[in-house]
Amino acid sequence: MSAASLVSLRGVAKRYATGTLAVRGIDLDIAPGDFVALLGPSGCGKSTLLRMVAGLAEPTGGRIAWPGGQPSARDIGFVFQEPTLMPWATAQANVALPLELAGMPRAEAASRAASMLARVGLQGFEKAYPRALSGGMKMRVSLARALVTKPRLLLMDEPFAALDEITRFRLNNDLLELWTAERFTVVFVTHSVFESVYLAQRIVVMAPRPGRIHAELAVDAPAPRGEEFRTSADYAAHCREVSQALAAAMAPAAA
Amino acid sequence: MSEAVEGAPSEAPRPGLAMAPEAWLRVLAPVVIGLLVLGGWEWLVRAREIPPYILPGPIAIAQALVRDWGTLSASLLVTLKTTGLALLVAAALGLLLAVAFAQSRIVELSLFPYAVILQVTPIVAIAPLIIIWVNDVTLSLLICAWIVAFFPILSNTTVGLNSTDHNLLDLFRLYGASRWQVLWRLRLPTAMPFFLAGLRISGGLALIGAIVAEFVAGTGGNASGLAYRILEAGYQLQIPRMFAALVLVSGTGIAIFLALSLLSHLLLRRWHESAMGGGERR
Repeated sequence: MSAASLVSLRGVAKRYATGTLAVRGIDLDIAPGDFVALLGPSGCGKSTLLRMVAGLAEPTGGRIAWPGGQPSARDIGFVFQEPTLMPWATAQANVALPLELAGMPRAEAASRAASMLARVGLQGFEKAYPRALSGGMKMRVSLARALVTKPRLLLMDEPFAALDEITRFRLNNDLLELWTAERFTVVFVTHSVFESVYLAQRIVVMAPRPGRIHAELAVDAPAPRGEEFRTSADYAAHCREVSQALAAAMAPAAA
Repeated sequence: MSEAVEGAPSEAPRPGLAMAPEAWLRVLAPVVIGLLVLGGWEWLVRAREIPPYILPGPIAIAQALVRDWGTLSASLLVTLKTTGLALLVAAALGLLLAVAFAQSRIVELSLFPYAVILQVTPIVAIAPLIIIWVNDVTLSLLICAWIVAFFPILSNTTVGLNSTDHNLLDLFRLYGASRWQVLWRLRLPTAMPFFLAGLRISGGLALIGAIVAEFVAGTGGNASGLAYRILEAGYQLQIPRMFAALVLVSGTGIAIFLALSLLSHLLLRRWHESAMGGGERR
């Protein structure tokens, strides 16, 4: 285990109560400040892996170690596939929730939530209810909620999969901007080759049934990346490489 | 983050009292039908010279309502008190028991069947027993109305508490929320629309329960609710007065329903689909 890791997985496996083996033999080190994408087809256990890192599911084999110390509730931010907002609460109240659950006084939590909303481009929408927000804006609120505790580790489970492409591109850029500024660690689950290449420093390609790591690729393009990266030859070359790895990972399952 | 935000809130403020032509039609059409039916009724009674002890016309009923307003309004108040109190107790106990169900599966499994039994047993059949067992008539009427009103609130709220978003539950877990925080900040708000829907059903049922119990208690009771007035007027062949009491019962039912609908609308209008009315939805 590398002592510099934020979190370190060794031989992690998960077997559901139904007997299905979701993932097995996962060895993975995530360094502080890393942006890691977990890429794979549906059913390869990447969400399960993310939930185990978050502590929402227990591994049935192997171990998950935190060399720098066990994370507290405020050290991990989680963004779900759906915005997962409380419909009865305003954008600001939704973002303030993690702070209030931790016992922070209401006024302070509210002001921190408001400034976090501004950081994700939602200034002026503090009092809006989720229903009045578009899909992209709801996702921004969800992102603000995950970041409001200033977590060391941000876990994202296909967060932009349900959005249209233009909105997704915009949110990708904004996420990269936030990551460049704050340098929290990100583990980003996706099934999009293009999204993983655009965002991540490292791409972990997973193979299905049972879920396992097939390959690890580095994307050495410089940060900050912008729209020009999306149309560069470098980007296309990385996409080709990752696509081939993904195709190879799925080959036995397709046969 | 400097980029413009995609989309904009589309919520145009909904017009207040200014009603669209559609809305006018919604009010006007039933009123016109009502007036036509009443007019036809009055005409039939007069043309066929039907005696008032068989079928009084609407005018005679209105006259009876005005003439006997003193006794009728006193009875209305008695019935209203029973109904309101029964609904209040049903709401409080239903909510409490639903929370107990949501917190403990064993409590739910062991008590729910009895709640069902209470619900499916016709109140007319058990009202006489209750009236015999409970010495106080007011209290026995209250219990009858409560039994009928209780179940929709209990079952609706239970469903509501159990339909909490799983991801939100995970989120609360992730942030180390206590059981109490999960209940207070997540499960109860989720259950709110379900509870209010149950309350709306129970409002009408509480009135029915109160009236049925009053009928069973009959003239033996010293309480004098609207049902008692209906019985009394029937014995005396005061049919217009009987109809007047009936009008009050229906009117009360409608008023309860409207009041609870308004309450539900006020509490949910900001966030719940059911209270949003027409207009654009996302």
